[in-house]
Amino acid sequence: MKDFQWRRFKKWWLIFPPYAWLILFFAVPFLIILKISFSEAAIAQPPYTAIFEYANEKLVINLNFGNYLWLFTDTLYLNAYLSSLKIAAISTTLCLAIGYPIAYGIARMQGSIQNLCLMLIILPSWTSFLIRIYAWMGILRNNGIINNVLISLGFVDEPIRLLNTEFAVYIGIVYTYLPFMVLPLYANLVKLDSRLLEASADLGAGPIRSFFSITLPLSRGGIIAGSMLVFIPAVGEFVIPELLGGAEILMIGKVLWGEFFGNRDWPVASAVATIMLLLLLIPIALFHRYQFRELEEKS
Amino acid sequence: MKSKQTTLAVFALAGLLASTNALAEKVVKVYNWSDYIGADVIEKFEAETGIKVTYDVFDSNEVLEGKLLAGRTGYDVVVPTIDFMSRQIQAGVFLPLDKSKLSNFSGLDASFMENLSKLDPGNKYGIPYMWGTTGIGFNEAKVKEVLGEDVPLDSWDLIFKKENLEKLSKCGVAFLDAPTEVYAAALHYLGKDPNSEDIKDYQGSAPAKELLKSLAPSVTYFHSSKYIDDLAGGEICVSLGWSGDIAQAQADAAEADNGIEISYIIPKEGALLWVDMFGIPKDAENVEEAHAFLNFLMKPEIAAENTNEIWYPNPVTASLEFVDEEIKSDESIYPPADVKAKLYTATVKPAKIDRVLNRAWTEIKTGQ
Repeated sequence: MKDFQWRRFKKWWLIFPPYAWLILFFAVPFLIILKISFSEAAIAQPPYTAIFEYANEKLVINLNFGNYLWLFTDTLYLNAYLSSLKIAAISTTLCLAIGYPIAYGIARMQGSIQNLCLMLIILPSWTSFLIRIYAWMGILRNNGIINNVLISLGFVDEPIRLLNTEFAVYIGIVYTYLPFMVLPLYANLVKLDSRLLEASADLGAGPIRSFFSITLPLSRGGIIAGSMLVFIPAVGEFVIPELLGGAEILMIGKVLWGEFFGNRDWPVASAVATIMLLLLLIPIALFHRYQFRELEEKS
Repeated sequence: MKSKQTTLAVFALAGLLASTNALAEKVVKVYNWSDYIGADVIEKFEAETGIKVTYDVFDSNEVLEGKLLAGRTGYDVVVPTIDFMSRQIQAGVFLPLDKSKLSNFSGLDASFMENLSKLDPGNKYGIPYMWGTTGIGFNEAKVKEVLGEDVPLDSWDLIFKKENLEKLSKCGVAFLDAPTEVYAAALHYLGKDPNSEDIKDYQGSAPAKELLKSLAPSVTYFHSSKYIDDLAGGEICVSLGWSGDIAQAQADAAEADNGIEISYIIPKEGALLWVDMFGIPKDAENVEEAHAFLNFLMKPEIAAENTNEIWYPNPVTASLEFVDEEIKSDESIYPPADVKAKLYTATVKPAKIDRVLNRAWTEIKTGQ
């Protein structure tokens, strides 16, 4: 009996840290944001009104839905959400297109060279993310490396505008998030049973057919995991479009910044953030359902 | 008995160590604009007072305000521009200054202080640090190459006329990402009140918004600090920017000896005059040291040293004799009385106006 209790305690203790982590760093901040999103902006410190007031033995709760309604009065917010989703989707596709061959190649390599290549994928992230984005600014600017090379080779007379364009934003996002695509894909592809491919070859399938009917379906889990890891942070990206993108690039991160700093309207900013989170919950929920189904199939 | 004595001695020693520690740990945490203080000034302050300075920088009033309104910034001295400070005073962010600890306060230009008292009643919370104007900086050779030899270089026409800016976009155009200032300049250019509180000046197809919207495609970027390096390095050829920043670009280009010459003008139609203010947040931990730091910066020689390095005029009257002749005689930095008469200052606007202004700004920048 005692032993049983001890085991239960141990089990509980093992699953406690991840839950504590989630509650502390996800649920609590989210509830704070949610609370602010139902208040009203004010010139005060902090710059919003209180939701709960306790006076004369009465608890008064003031919920202001105006911030959410406000988001529907102006197409800016909808457009920003759509534009963020579009940029994130294109970036994810590009990451997949570039990352899949890389991951596949590394998974097929031999021991030591495989480790070396994995290191090369991870190594750039040892430098600060911000510095790497600034390096891209140096590469893409009018007096930068690319334009200087193009001009000195005589391909162009005037520098091409690369920095402050949507193109630069894609470069920045794909460059930054590529490792997040490659690593889960690699982890998946390296487990691929090569006997399946041999069998397929024995049965007369060419390499292309084998790839599409065996490798690709079996790596679905890796594709989904990698795509999530790229898509979700890319939707809320602020630093990359701010530093590499021109002013005309509309993303929800920039709209949030504007609400928070420009308008000092924390309640509307919180409402924007809440909606963004709800939007992101849809793909995450789909992913979970997929994982769940896969587990069920296995058992 | 003996052991008791030892214990006492140990306690005394510990006490002594603690007190020297406390002395050594005197610090003041300063949050100032980027490139906005003389290179040796902090060292001199540390040498004179023994107070260690932790110095961080920002480049937008909005960022500073976000931190101040959230509270517990961890800073003891911050530097908002006066119109922003005025609103922050209303929000109750600042500690009233203890003027008994600011012996140099009386050296500040009296008429200047009176003007400021409209936004900081009784000059209770703020000390002016530097002031300047928001005008046009440009690379004269390149501008003339693009627009022809006899382009007038003394008017907002240079960047607010669409056909001019379209041509200038070839060599690079930067606008401040400071909606209150750029929009005010556009309103003023169109003959309207730069501090208009009429919502119609910001909404729908308001002329100032339409003007800026028509210019935006020719603007390479909207940013409030990048343009210093880019003007000096030839990456852009014209910028709607702050006087001292452009003067710094001028100095940087001269130092780099890259053949680039930068000029700054206060357009003849007039421009925005702004003042950056020191304030002490009410949750500052090192109030005593903050006062010592502010008092030090109001010393005439130190104020002049800052001006000589960052090329912004300061309001410490007695500092003028220590300011380099080159800067003092530069009319774009120390404007003569007739130019000064045309400058306007910003006011605090109702939240509703801020919102439509920022919304207009987003529309100007993104077209949406």
